Amino acid sequence: MTPVVAGMSTAAHVLVIVLAAAVIAFIVHLVRSRRLRAKYSVLWFSIGLGLAVLAIFPDLLVEVSDLFGISYPPATFMLLALSFLLILVLHFSWELSRLEDRTRSLAEEHALLRQEVEERLRPPSGGASA
Amino acid sequence: MLIPPRTLVIIPAYNEEASLPAVLKELAEQTPEYDVLVVSDGSTDRTAEISREAGAHVAVLPFNLGIGGALRTGFSFAVRNGYERAAQFDADGQHDPLALDALLAGIDAGADMVIGSRFTTGGAVTYEVSGIRRRAMRLLERLVSVLVKQQFTDTSSGFRAFSRPMLEHFAVNYPVEYMDSVEALVQACNAGYRVEEVPANMRGRTGGAPSTRRFKLVYYYVRLLVVLVVSTTSRGQRARRVARRSQDS
Repeated sequence: MTPVVAGMSTAAHVLVIVLAAAVIAFIVHLVRSRRLRAKYSVLWFSIGLGLAVLAIFPDLLVEVSDLFGISYPPATFMLLALSFLLILVLHFSWELSRLEDRTRSLAEEHALLRQEVEERLRPPSGGASA
Repeated sequence: MLIPPRTLVIIPAYNEEASLPAVLKELAEQTPEYDVLVVSDGSTDRTAEISREAGAHVAVLPFNLGIGGALRTGFSFAVRNGYERAAQFDADGQHDPLALDALLAGIDAGADMVIGSRFTTGGAVTYEVSGIRRRAMRLLERLVSVLVKQQFTDTSSGFRAFSRPMLEHFAVNYPVEYMDSVEALVQACNAGYRVEEVPANMRGRTGGAPSTRRFKLVYYYVRLLVVLVVSTTSRGQRARRVARRSQDS
């Protein structure tokens, strides 16, 4: 008879713990190899830790669900995950807009500087700008 | 550029090697007193070389930014090189160089932006637009008129002249999304600049195709509606905020 925690078999329990550990290991790897900016590493570490805690103590989810009157604990997890992802995507859209603005400004600046250099090296002759 | 001349004609151009030589030649012949800047907007053809050979200033954008980005580059150029007024001019031969004087006269009379309208009375109607486009434009005119409390007949015309203060404003704030001309109009009015409209003849395109397809046009119109409504409210808020700050100090 396998002990059942929050409706999970031992095998499932082990599986989620291994998955959470893998996620954390991957985040650590990304941060260590400097492929993830510090501001994101904090965010993802918190997420990784949250996942690990839930994987080790799945009953926590049941308690939180009870607290909010949600009768189906996985729904609580889905709600949290969805909210988090929504905020994250919104943040990325914002960041992308900002980056696009900066790229655009750089392109404009580049064009103007190039124009100046080119005309200094080779002044335009006559025609429309005479 | 040691002695900064007064007027700059800005021509945003994306792969316009077919029509540019004639346009630049006409400008050089009919309005030799104006400087010309061609902004090659990520062109892959000989747009830049042709313009340089014709004696125009040429700014080459490393990739395509769209007409708004090309214009903003032109405005920055005008501001940095001390131009007192500038005009936006099409690379495809739609605009008549001789009509530039009427637009620039409006600037000299105190306007900050003068729009050459294809539809206002006085301009002979030589310009044809397709049905759906015409209807969308009319809807846009009505909306813009409500938003800025001023009547315009051709909100999307790309034939425009700008004063020095307007250039300084647009060098930083020019809208860079598609349909920039309409948004720029609303922005200028809301920021308190004087905007006027004069009749201007337009000719058919000598080269190139209309820049968008029909279904895409609908999407752009919807997006523009959102942008316009949002920008009108947010700019008001910003103006109030600035006013409050200047009171504090």
